[in-house]
Amino acid sequence: MNGLDLAVALFLLGNLVVALLAAARGPTAADRMLIALLFGSTGTGILVLLAQAMNMPSLVDVALVLALLAAIGGIAFVKRAWQGDGHD
Amino acid sequence: MIEWISAALLIVGAFFYAAGTLGLLRFPDVYSRLHALAKADNLGMGFVLLGLALQAESIAAGLKLLLIWPLALAASAGVSYAIARRADSLGVKPWRKDSS
Repeated sequence: MNGLDLAVALFLLGNLVVALLAAARGPTAADRMLIALLFGSTGTGILVLLAQAMNMPSLVDVALVLALLAAIGGIAFVKRAWQGDGHD
Repeated sequence: MIEWISAALLIVGAFFYAAGTLGLLRFPDVYSRLHALAKADNLGMGFVLLGLALQAESIAAGLKLLLIWPLALAASAGVSYAIARRADSLGVKPWRKDSS
């Protein structure tokens, strides 16, 4: 089943590329932050799939760290960075 | 048999991830985009993790994979609440069909 793991990981990577284009377009800071959170959740999925496909269990720890950092980044954005920039 | 169940779960998970990305691209305002991100994406992650846990060599490795999911759910619930509350306090109006 390694082939399917890699195929699904590649598909998720394609999702991220499309989301990156949307982040360049996104009108407000909050939309860009949501794309960053999407990178957190989709990146976790990609890393877990790669850990299985490549037989590297330590990548699961990297996925855990990424999930945590996405959450902390979101909270920091809300508390510190988002002051309302007049767009919205 | 287990391999086929696992493959089906992975494909369902990929579908929900794609639905979450599509919603993030197409929905009109911050609140509805949060809805797509928080629900569809985490459901996709749950399916992918379940599919991979079925392939794991040992029970401990499978449980570790499954434990990522509650972490992601709790984190996403907290962050979504914080972003929606901040957007509301900054005066971001929810999207209405007739106003745009």
